[in-house]
Amino acid sequence: MDKTKALDIVKKYTMIIVLILVTAFFTWKTGGKILLPQNVSNLIAQNAYVFVLATGMLLCILTGGNIDLSVGSIVCFVGAIGATLMENHGMNVYAAIFVMVLVGLLIGAWQGFWIAYVHVPPFITTLSGMLVFRGLSNVVLQGMTVSLKSETFIKLFGGGADCYVPDLFGVEGFNMTCMLVGVAACAIYVIIQLKNRITRARKGYEMENLGGMIAKTVAICAVVLLFTLRLAQYRGIPTALIWVMVVVLLYGYITSNTTIGRYFYAVGGNEKATKLSGINTKNVYFLAYLNMGLLSALAGMLTIARMTSAQPTYGQSYEMDAIGSCFIGGASAYGGTGTVPGVIVGAVLMGVINLGMSIMGVDANYQKVVKGLVLLAAVIFDVVSKKGGRD
Amino acid sequence: MAKILLEMKNITKTFPGVKALDNVNLQVEEGEIHALVGENGAGKSTLMNVLSGIYPYGTYEGNIVYNGEICQFSKIKDSEEKGIVIIHQELALVPYMTIGENMFLGNERGHKFALNWNETYGRADELLRTVGLKESSRTLIKDIGVGKQQLVEIAKALAKNAKLLILDEPTASLNESDSKALLDLLLKFKEQGMTSIIISHKLNEISYVADKITVIRDGSTIETLDKKKDDISEDRIIKGMVGRDLTDRFPKRPEQKIGDVMMEIEDWNVYHPLYTERKVVDNVSINVRKGEVVGISGLMGAGRTELAMSVFGRSYGTNISGTVKIKGKEVQLHSVKAAIENGLAYVTEDRKGNGLILSNPIKINTTLANLKEVSKHTVIDKDKEYEVAVEYKEKLRTKCPTVEQNVGNLSGGNQQKVLLAKWMFSDPDILILDEPTRGIDVGAKYEIYCIINQLVAEGKSVIMISSELPEVLGMCDRIYIMNEGRMVGELSGKEATQELIMSHIIKSGRKEA
Repeated sequence: MDKTKALDIVKKYTMIIVLILVTAFFTWKTGGKILLPQNVSNLIAQNAYVFVLATGMLLCILTGGNIDLSVGSIVCFVGAIGATLMENHGMNVYAAIFVMVLVGLLIGAWQGFWIAYVHVPPFITTLSGMLVFRGLSNVVLQGMTVSLKSETFIKLFGGGADCYVPDLFGVEGFNMTCMLVGVAACAIYVIIQLKNRITRARKGYEMENLGGMIAKTVAICAVVLLFTLRLAQYRGIPTALIWVMVVVLLYGYITSNTTIGRYFYAVGGNEKATKLSGINTKNVYFLAYLNMGLLSALAGMLTIARMTSAQPTYGQSYEMDAIGSCFIGGASAYGGTGTVPGVIVGAVLMGVINLGMSIMGVDANYQKVVKGLVLLAAVIFDVVSKKGGRD
Repeated sequence: MAKILLEMKNITKTFPGVKALDNVNLQVEEGEIHALVGENGAGKSTLMNVLSGIYPYGTYEGNIVYNGEICQFSKIKDSEEKGIVIIHQELALVPYMTIGENMFLGNERGHKFALNWNETYGRADELLRTVGLKESSRTLIKDIGVGKQQLVEIAKALAKNAKLLILDEPTASLNESDSKALLDLLLKFKEQGMTSIIISHKLNEISYVADKITVIRDGSTIETLDKKKDDISEDRIIKGMVGRDLTDRFPKRPEQKIGDVMMEIEDWNVYHPLYTERKVVDNVSINVRKGEVVGISGLMGAGRTELAMSVFGRSYGTNISGTVKIKGKEVQLHSVKAAIENGLAYVTEDRKGNGLILSNPIKINTTLANLKEVSKHTVIDKDKEYEVAVEYKEKLRTKCPTVEQNVGNLSGGNQQKVLLAKWMFSDPDILILDEPTRGIDVGAKYEIYCIINQLVAEGKSVIMISSELPEVLGMCDRIYIMNEGRMVGELSGKEATQELIMSHIIKSGRKEA
């Protein structure tokens, strides 16, 4: 009995275990360089777009394994429009942001309309979008690089040299604000956990066992504290991390605690049953792609801010990073299962592999090979581990 | 004493944590029809999977002796080479391939790189005649009905030179006349020396065809009844299956007052969604009163499900016309949402396809049709959801460790209970139950009947669509009879008999011709 229990735990936390092993491997191979404060900080700043896109992609995948191939092109197109408006037409920063969000939503609505109401397969619709918006980006930028000079915009979306939340305390070489945020986050997490447990106990519901819960809470707090400590030792909280946290927390909440979130899972689990339960499944598809447009726009802003420019080649293969993170993070290729926390783990894993190999000086082409194989391995593991049960 | 064709000795099969088969013994004589009965989850299908090599040699204990030799099948092909062919409950035919292609799938005629289509279709046509089908073997599978598809499955088995035919619930999705045809075919094969093992829940069919009946309960063989020596009446078999006498298969409903008309459907017409000139429901009018169980009886394809689904938020068909009145007031049910809001619930016949999300837990399935009841401003109150799920689990006596369990891991009967819970939680006035006991075992059926009685006692109205005549007769206050899209009769529960219902159906069919 104990053995099967241990196996269940391994199955449940496979990707976390893999993440730990992979991190350990790179720590060893890079002589600990990967855990240096600067690298931890870079991991977030470099991959902010992956977290944002993967969260949106998760909603599409939930509806039935439908992917969106156009996100990379939308990122580029939105960025191109924003940069051109701000730099070449002198538009106000906030007005430009508004236009970019609007463009993202319009593109989402365009693709969502065909997918949801006309039943064009998502693969085809977004493949078309991938070409159309890549082409349009080139048109908007006239094939050139537009460099971004607006300080406000760059700071707001975590780009440039000074892309950190300012420190309020001024301790030399240590960002106290960052550390305090980490401590506060842990405290809030512990309080929520305790509160839940107390309500459950009072109402006599089934509870997870105390040891397991304590172990989990301690582990999560330890990770958060170590992470913020590392960030504090460098230059504090990267601005991009704020955006990532907002997206992750918001969508984590929506998918697990709201009716609309429930509909995404239901449609992916059994569309006909969902329809016969009085839910408008078309609207669910539409929303998934509309939202993907919105988050692509946000990722576009993060990208041009980080690069302080817009180029027609930006965003290439971003869709693959996002899709890969979802599947590595345990989303089912058939839809209906997958969680935001899972996707975060998937995205971090991809990020660690990228970063580790870069530090080791592995050739970029081999990096692609490794990433591809990791993706396949993750899905193979998922498929095989699900088989084991009774027929 | 006839020759023993197959003997399975002391078969034990364990899955992680569960002993599915425990020392099961089965003896089948050459040329007999041997029935395997037992409640769902008793281990019948597992036993047949062991026999056909789906669970390869080495994953179970015990011996299979076939034709005098010990067999060690490691894959299905091995058992098929010996002439043991299994026909599964779910049809394994490819809809967009022809009958002939399906029949020889994996067993192709001609060379691997040069298929011989003439031989394929020639032989296929021959075999189709043997099973009594007149279709050309070049017809696509999707263009023939389920009954005929089942016959194609049998022809496919014959194409593999079957000597021992295993049929797992062959009539589960067939109507009475198709079932009869299939059973008669088995009897005909028997005369020609074919041996068959048939798994079925329909005890009247088993009494009709079987020479011997082996009862399996909880993974062990209980007894083998011989038609020549033993009593093989339905009650006797049920006793073996459940381990007790079932004195009454239908629970008594306390005499109760049937109230005013709850819902009226008038002049209802529905056309087929693809072949828009075909009328599927033809000028049907029915009504149901408060506290009444109304049955809709008829053969498969009579248009009953189509009637129910088209009323339930126009979920089926095109060009729908007619009026629906609820409590005397005409209502427009243009969407499922509107139907639910007007107090209607439709419990589908296809619980896996149209009813439940198998990959989700019980609690999520229970609340899906009425999420607003457990949420506030679209935020779900998970504690309340859990409470609701537990409440219905206890009310309906669903057997499951917790309501966090995925529905896909439950037995058919318990899945049906979850589906009922889902629609009971949507708090309807009128429940349309479409084949509520299909594919579930006798004990669970009884419990479903009790739930129906409880529903009408609470003043709800129930419309029960069922192909099983005894069930309709045992449960309904009033019975409508449908055939080929039309309403062909209405009987009160007291006057109705199986013969009367069948004669209504047959007479209406003749008028057509």
